[in-house]
Amino acid sequence: MLLSVERISVYYGAVEALREVSLQVDEGQMVGVLGANGAGKTTLLKAISGLVPVKGGTIVFQGKELTGIPPHEIALMGVTHVPEGRGIFPTLTVEENLNLGAYGRPKDEVARAKERVFALFPVLQERRRQLAGTLSGGEQQMLALGRGLMRNPRVMLLDEPSLGLAPILVEEVFKTIRGINREQGVTILLVEQNARKALNLVEYGYVLETGRIVIEGPAEELRADERVRAAYLGGRAIRGR
Amino acid sequence: MITFIQQFLNGLTIGSFYAFIALGYSLVYAIMKLINFAHGDLFALGSYVAYSFLVWSAAALASVLGLWGALVVAMVVAAISVAIAGLVMERVAYRPIYPAGRLPAVVSALGVSIFIENFIMLVWGPRYQAYRSSFVPVGYFQIGELRISVLQVVILISAVILLGFLYWLIERTTFGAAVRATAQDRETAALMGIDFRKVIRFVFTVGPALGAIAGVMVGLYYRQISFSMGWVYGLKAFVATILGGIGNIPGAMVGGILLGILEAMFAGYVSAAWKDVIVFLVLMLILIFRPRGLLGEKVAEKV
Repeated sequence: MLLSVERISVYYGAVEALREVSLQVDEGQMVGVLGANGAGKTTLLKAISGLVPVKGGTIVFQGKELTGIPPHEIALMGVTHVPEGRGIFPTLTVEENLNLGAYGRPKDEVARAKERVFALFPVLQERRRQLAGTLSGGEQQMLALGRGLMRNPRVMLLDEPSLGLAPILVEEVFKTIRGINREQGVTILLVEQNARKALNLVEYGYVLETGRIVIEGPAEELRADERVRAAYLGGRAIRGR
Repeated sequence: MITFIQQFLNGLTIGSFYAFIALGYSLVYAIMKLINFAHGDLFALGSYVAYSFLVWSAAALASVLGLWGALVVAMVVAAISVAIAGLVMERVAYRPIYPAGRLPAVVSALGVSIFIENFIMLVWGPRYQAYRSSFVPVGYFQIGELRISVLQVVILISAVILLGFLYWLIERTTFGAAVRATAQDRETAALMGIDFRKVIRFVFTVGPALGAIAGVMVGLYYRQISFSMGWVYGLKAFVATILGGIGNIPGAMVGGILLGILEAMFAGYVSAAWKDVIVFLVLMLILIFRPRGLLGEKVAEKV
C-alpha cells in the first residue's frame, strides 16, 4: 500500500472535521473521495499533506509515518498536493511557479522536469514569462497540475480540479488527469464534488459525509449504489443537501 | 543648478539609508504581515556596535587594512551582530505570540523597540556619541563649484551594489521566488517544499543586517549618533515603505530613494526646519490617494 490512512480525526478548535477516517491508495491507482461541500474532503487532503494536525490515527506513506511531519518535508517526500482553488502564485511568472514545484531539486533536474511539463501543456511554454495571475482559469489549472508534476511525485492529491471551470474545460482537465495517472503512472487521490465525473475516472471511491466515510467501494459499485445515486448522481433528491 | 545637483546627491544618499531600512520593514511584513516597529532600533544598534568596534580597533585595523578596510570590517561586524539580535528578537518576542494574531505581535514589536532603545542608552549613555574624525574618510571631489565627498560617492556605490544584489536575489532567483511565494500564500508555499521557518530566518537576518549597514553609514555621514536615532529614521523609512508599497521589495528601494530626494529638495529650496513635515505629509497623501503605495499590489486580503 502506497498511502494508508487509518482512523484519523481532525478538529478545528472544538469542531470535529474528520472522525476516524480510513482510506487506502495503492501504487498506480486513482482513488476518489466524494462528498458535498463541507463534508471534510479538503480537510482530509490537508491532513495527509500535513497542513492540519491530526488527532489520533496514523497516516503511512511508503512505510513512513506522516503525522507530525511538517508539510514542506512531506512535499519533499513526493506527496504533491494541488490545493483547492489551484493555489498558483498570481504575481509570480508561470515559469517561477513551475520552478517552485521542484523547489530544492538540482538545476538540471528542474530543467528536465520543465521540458516534460511543457510537452504535456504547450500553452504553459508559450506563456512562461507571463504572470500566472493573467492566465485563464483553465490555464491556471494546467499550471497547477504541471507544477504538481515537477517533482515526479509518487502520489498527487488533487482538490476539486474542476472547480470554477467551464464544462468544456472540466472535460479537458479530467482527460489530463486520466493521462497523468495512466500514462505517467502517477498515483492520484482525487477529491471531487462532481461525483458523476469522478466516478467515471477513479477505480475506487469513498463517500465522505460530515467528516465520516459512509460508503466505499469500487467505482462501478458506487455508480450502482442507491444512496450514492440519490444523493450525488442527480437521482431523485431525497435529502435537503 | 549647483544647489539642485548638490541636493539631488544628498537626497540620493539619505534615500539609500531609507531604502536599506525600508527593506527590513518590507521583508518582514511580506512574510509575517507584521510591522516590526523595533526595526529602527536595530538600525541604531548597528550604528553603535560599529562605533564601539571602531573605537576599539580602528587604529590597529587601519594599519593593516587601511581605513576603508577597517570600515568594511566594522560594517560586517555590525551587520552580523545585528542579524543575530534580529534572530533572537524573532525567537523571544515574536514566535511565542504568533498564534495570538497580528495585533499582539505589533504590541510586542513596540516593546522590543523600547527595550533596544533603552538598552543602547544604558550601555552607551544618553548623550550623543561622535564617530571620530580619525575613522571617517575626509577626501572630496571638486567639480567646478560642486563638491562631493569621497564618502558620499562610496556610500552611493555600495548602495547600488547592495540594493542590486538584493533585487537580484529576491526577483531573479528561485530562492527569491520562494520568499515571494511564501509572502503570497504560506500554506501553498509549504506544499512546494518551502520551509517557512527558513524564510523567517532569512527575513530576520537580512533585514536587520541591512539596517545595521545603514546605521554605520549614517554614523560616518553625519558623525553624530544618539540612542533615539532609531525612532526618527525608523519612522521615516517606514513612510518610505508605505510609499513604495509595503511588502514589495523593489517598492521599498524606490520609496526610500524618492523620499530621500524629496526631503533633500524640500530642505534645499523651502526650509530645512520643515523637512520632517514634508515626509509625513507624503505619508498622509499616499494613504489617502494610493494606500497600496507606488508599486504595491492589491491590498485586498481575506480578513
